[in-house]
Amino acid sequence: MQLHVNGRLHELALDNRTTLLDALREHLGLTGSKKGCDHGQCGACTVLVDGRRINSCLALAVTLDGVEIRTIEGLSDDGALHPVQQAFLDRDGFQCGYCTPGQICSAVGMLDEFDQGWPSAVTTGGQPAALDAGEVRERMSGNLCRCGAYMNIVPAILDVADAAAGRSSA
Amino acid sequence: MTQTDVRAVGSGLGRIEGPAKVTGQAKYATEQDDVQDVAYVWPVPATIAKGTIRRIDDAPIRAMAQVLAVLTPDNAPHLQPAEDGELAVLQSRTVSYRGQFVAAVVAQTLEIAREAAERLQVEYDVEPHDVELTQDHPTLYKPDQVNPSFPTDTEQGDVDEALGAAANLVDHTYTTPALHNNPMEPHATLASWDGDELTLYDSNQGAYSAQQTLAKLFGLDPAVVHVVSQHVGGGFGSKGTPRANAVLAVMAARMVRRPVKLALHRHHMFAVVGYRTPTIQRIRLGADAEGRLSAISHDVVEQTSTVMEFAEQTALATRIMYAAPHRRTTHRLARLDIPTPRWMRAPGECPGMYALESAMDELAIECGLDPIELRIRNEPERDPESGKPWSSRSLVECLREGAQLFGWGDRDPRPGTRSDGDWLVGTGVAASTYPAYASPSTATARAAADGRFVVRIAAADIGTGARTALTQIAADALRVSTDFVRVEIGDSAFGQASLAGGSMGTASWGWAVTKACTELREKVERNGEVPVDGIEVQAETSAEIEARSGYKYQGFGAQFAEARVNIDTGEVRVPRLLGMFGVGRIINPRTARSQFIGGMTMGLSMALHEEGVLDLAFGDYVNHDLAEYHIAACADVTDIEAHWLDEHDERVNPMGSKGIGEIGIVGTAAAVANAVHHATAVRIRDLPIRLDKLLGRLPG
Amino acid sequence: MRPFQFVRADDAATAVQTVTANPKAKFLAGGTNLVDLMKLGVERPDLLVDLTRLPFDSVDVEADGTVRIGTNVRNSDLAAHPAVRNGLPLLSQALLAGASGQLRNMATVGGNLLQRTRCVYFQDVTKPCNKRQPGSGCPARQGDHRNLAILGASEACIATHPSDMAVALAALDARVAVSGPDGDRETPLAELHALPGEHPEQETTLRHGELITGIAVPPLAYAERSAYRKVRDRASYAFAVASVAAALDVEDGVVRDVRLAFGAVAPKPWRAHAAEDALRGRPATAASFRAAAEAELAAAEPLRDNAFKVPLITNVVVRTLSDLAGETS
Repeated sequence: MQLHVNGRLHELALDNRTTLLDALREHLGLTGSKKGCDHGQCGACTVLVDGRRINSCLALAVTLDGVEIRTIEGLSDDGALHPVQQAFLDRDGFQCGYCTPGQICSAVGMLDEFDQGWPSAVTTGGQPAALDAGEVRERMSGNLCRCGAYMNIVPAILDVADAAAGRSSA
Repeated sequence: MTQTDVRAVGSGLGRIEGPAKVTGQAKYATEQDDVQDVAYVWPVPATIAKGTIRRIDDAPIRAMAQVLAVLTPDNAPHLQPAEDGELAVLQSRTVSYRGQFVAAVVAQTLEIAREAAERLQVEYDVEPHDVELTQDHPTLYKPDQVNPSFPTDTEQGDVDEALGAAANLVDHTYTTPALHNNPMEPHATLASWDGDELTLYDSNQGAYSAQQTLAKLFGLDPAVVHVVSQHVGGGFGSKGTPRANAVLAVMAARMVRRPVKLALHRHHMFAVVGYRTPTIQRIRLGADAEGRLSAISHDVVEQTSTVMEFAEQTALATRIMYAAPHRRTTHRLARLDIPTPRWMRAPGECPGMYALESAMDELAIECGLDPIELRIRNEPERDPESGKPWSSRSLVECLREGAQLFGWGDRDPRPGTRSDGDWLVGTGVAASTYPAYASPSTATARAAADGRFVVRIAAADIGTGARTALTQIAADALRVSTDFVRVEIGDSAFGQASLAGGSMGTASWGWAVTKACTELREKVERNGEVPVDGIEVQAETSAEIEARSGYKYQGFGAQFAEARVNIDTGEVRVPRLLGMFGVGRIINPRTARSQFIGGMTMGLSMALHEEGVLDLAFGDYVNHDLAEYHIAACADVTDIEAHWLDEHDERVNPMGSKGIGEIGIVGTAAAVANAVHHATAVRIRDLPIRLDKLLGRLPG
Repeated sequence: MRPFQFVRADDAATAVQTVTANPKAKFLAGGTNLVDLMKLGVERPDLLVDLTRLPFDSVDVEADGTVRIGTNVRNSDLAAHPAVRNGLPLLSQALLAGASGQLRNMATVGGNLLQRTRCVYFQDVTKPCNKRQPGSGCPARQGDHRNLAILGASEACIATHPSDMAVALAALDARVAVSGPDGDRETPLAELHALPGEHPEQETTLRHGELITGIAVPPLAYAERSAYRKVRDRASYAFAVASVAAALDVEDGVVRDVRLAFGAVAPKPWRAHAAEDALRGRPATAASFRAAAEAELAAAEPLRDNAFKVPLITNVVVRTLSDLAGETS
C-alpha cells in the first residue's frame, strides 16, 4: 500500500492490523507521534489527515491509502518552526515532552476548525469572534498532559490565534 | 576563557531540549533509529490474583509464524536475588497478584507479538485471595521502618491524656484511594546485546542506578551494562527503579539474539509499575481554647504486597508541621494479594498532608479561628521531631503572602452560604511541605581549547528541566555564558548520580556540577590556558553531603483553592488555585513555575478525579485505562498560579535551592476539600471528591 | 488483535453482500470503537469491509423539514452543520459533548449508534460477561457498576449505552435507514437497540449484514427550544455519568408537548415516555418537572453504587426543563 506522509509517498507492505501510529513509528521512523494509551484516550498520537486532527492509534493504516498525512515532523517548514511549535517553546508548554507532538498537531487542527466556524461544547450564542481560553481548554481536552502543562499550553495556543488575527495578547 | 559576570542561575533559560521536543526529534527509549533488526516483546499478565501456574501451553504459540520465542518461568534465565521482589520476573510459578507477568512473547512484529501473547493459554491452580484494605485488617503489622528509612512510629509526651483534656478536639478518619502515576510515556526498554555487552535504552529516572540494579540482577559486571535515557516521558516516581519491562527486555534480547523493544501497554501499568497505596488515616488534634495544639496523633493504615514490603511514610510530614507537646504517629501495613505499591510523586507527604491539612481546617472551625491564623499559632520554632533548627522555614510568610495574592482577607468563614447562579462557591487553604534532600553524585567537567565546556552527569530529565538547570549551574560555576556549556545527562557511563526522585535531583546533581566546574575553572585559571587535548575534572560529593547536619532542611508552601459545586448535580470545579512556596533559590523561574503548576495540577486531579477502582472478586484495578481512570484534562484547569518567596538558605547546599518537583502536589487536595467544605458545608474525608458524594447533602 | 482480511466497499450493495456472506465479517467506519475493541480482543472479525468511501456523507434538509444524515457524516461535521446547529440544538450539543475533537473527526453517525458499552467487564476478555460470552455471568452487579444502568437492565446485564448523540436522536424520534440483503428498510431509532433481557449479546435489531445508511430526523416544531445536558466526572473528554436530552413546547405556562431522553442510565438511549405523558397538559413548573422525572424513575432499579443516578437525573431534568421553560416564556 501507499502512505502519503509529510509530502512524501511511501510504499509499504503492512499487516492489515497495523495502525497509522505503528506504521509511522515502527515502519517509517517517524517517532514524533507518540503512543500513550493506544486506545484513543490520551491524544499523544494526534496527526493531521487531510488537514483534520485524528487519533492515529485508532486508524488502520490500510484505510488511509490516498490521503495526505501530516505529522509533527512535517509541521516545520525548511527548519523554521511552525508558529504553534514556537509558541509552545515561548510559553514552556510542556515538560516531559511526550504529549507535546500530539498537543501541537491537535492545536493546528483545532485552530483550523475554529476558523471554519465549528462550535464547541462551551460555545453559546453563536460563534465567538475570537478564541478565548475557555474555548481552547474545551477544544484541547482530547490531549492529556500528565505533567500538568495545560496552564502554559492554553496561552501558547492563544498567542498563535491572536497573532493570526492581528491582535497581541498579554 | 570568556568570563562573564552575568549569572545564569535565576534566569528563565528555555529548555535546552525544547526544540527537539516540539519537532518530534527527541528520541525516547524505544525510538532509536540506529538500532536495526528489532523484535518486539509483549508480556502476558496473570489472570488470577493468587495461586500457581499449573501449565503454560506454549507449543501452539511457538509454532506461530514470526514468533521468535515464548518466555515462561520454565525457560527464563535465572536471576540473582534482588531486594526488589518485583524484579524476580518469571523466576517462579507463583502468582502474587492479578496482572503480574507470567510469560512474554517475542515476535518479528508488534502485531504478532501482541496477538500471540493474547493467545497463550495459561492454566492455574487458584487460591483464595485477599485484596481489600480495611482499618482493622487481621494481617496488620508494624513494619521495621517506613520509606525509605524513617521510624515507623514516633511518640512524645502523653497523647491520650492531652487529647482527653483538650478544649477543642478533632477526631476523624480520612481515606485516599489507590492512585496510579500514569506518566504519558509508558515504561519502555530497547535492549540490545553486542557480544557480552548490553545496551539498554530505557525510560527511567536514573540511568546509573538502573545499570547497577540490572547488572546485579543478571550477574553482570556493571561495566558491560550501558543504560541510556536521553528523554523520559514522565515518571512521577514510577520509573525510579527498573521495572519488569527492563528485566523482560534483557531476557528476551538474550534469548532471540537480536535487539528487542518492550513498551508496556497502558493496561499493564495499573499492575506492574507501582502506584500510590490507598490509605486510611485517623487524625486526632487537641487544642486549647485559643487554638494552640496540645496533641497531634496520626495513625495510618495502608497496604503492601506479598512480593515485597513497601511502607509509605504517610505520617512523616505530621512529625514536623506543627508544635505540640504531645505527639504520636504510627504506620501499619496489611500484606495483600495486590501489586506492590511504590513511589508516586511526594510519597508520604501527599496523602498524609491531605489528611492533616483537612483536620487542621476542621480544627480551625472547631476553634472559631481563621485557618491561616490557626497554623500561625502553631508554628514551631524548631523541628518538633528532632529539635534541630530549621535551615529555613517560611510557612508563615507563604500563608500571609499567598493570602494577600489570593484575596483571602475578606473571607466570610461561614460554610455553605455563597452561590453564583447554580454554583455554590467557597475557598480553602492548606499548607505544603517537602524535605530538601541531597544524595551523592559524580560529575565530570571538561574544558576544550576552543573555550567550550562539556559537563557529564548521569542525571535524568523526566520533564523537570534538569538539563537546563544544570546548564545554568555549570555556567555560573565556570563563570561563562550558558552558550559555552553543553550538559550531557541520561547515561550510566557518567558515573554514580542521584535519581530524579525525592525532589533532590537538581540539588544533588547541581552540587556535583558546581564542585566539578569550580575545580575545573580554578585549574584552567592556574594553567592559564586550555591545552589542545583539553582539561577534565571529576568531582564527587559524598563528603559534602555527609557533612550536612545540624539543621532540618525542608521546603514549605501554602496552597489556596476556590471551589464551585453545582447545586443540581454536585459537579465540582476548581476555577482557581494559588500556591506560594518557600523553597530556597529558584534556579530557573520558567521551568520552576511549570514544576509547581504541574504538581498542583496533579493535586487537583487527585482531589477531584483519581481513584484506582479495586474489584474484590478479581483483585485488580478495573479502571485500567485513561478513559476510566481520569486524570485532569485541559478543561479541568482554569487558573493555577504559582509564586515563591525570595528565600535565602545558605545552609542547604551550594546553590541555596530546595527541591520543587513534589511540593506542588502536597496539600493541594486538602485545599480543594477545604474549599468544597466552605462552599457546601459538606466535609469530604474520602478522596476523590466526586459528585455522588455531594449530591443529596448540599444546602437547599 | 486477530488477523483479518480487509476490503474497501465501492458500493453499498456489495458491502452488504460481502458481510452477509461471512458470519465473521464486520463493517468498519470511523474505527474509534471497533478498532479499540479489536485491540482488546473483544471484537474478532476475520473480514473488515471499509465503508468510509461510500457516498453516505451528506446532510440534507427536505421540503417538510426532515433532516437526512448520511451514515458516514463525521460527528464533528454533523455538530457544525447549520441545519443541526440552528435547528436541532440538542443534537449539536450532544455531539459536541462526546469524546474529543480528534475522535469526533473520525466517528461516524452509524458507528456512534452502534458503539458498545464501556462496562469494564465487557472490555476485559479475561473476565466473565454475559454480553460478550453468553452465560458466563455478570461480575458488574457485585463489582464496579457506579456508571451502569438503573433502567431497562436485566439480571444478566446492567451495561449502559455510551452514546450522547443517540440520546438526542431518541428524543427527536429519529428513524434509521437500513440496507440489507433483502433490500432497504427504515426503523424507528427506538427500535434499533434491544434491551438485554436474557440475551444481552443481542444489542440491536439489525440482522447480520444489515448496514445503517443514514438517519432521518423528522421536523419538530419546537426543536429550537431544546438542550442536551451531560453530567460527567471530568469537565471534558469523559463518558456521561448521566445525561438528559430535552425539548419543550410551552404555551401560557402549560406544557403542550415535551421530548425527554436520558443517557448513561440504561442499555439504550432511554426515551422517557412516562415522564412525557406525565407532563403534557401540566403547568410548566419545577414541581411538575420533578413529578415527571419521578414518574419515569419509578421503574429504576438502582444498585449499591449507582443509586445516585436517580436524584441526579431528577435534578437535571428539573433544571433543563426549567431553563427551557424560562426561554420559552
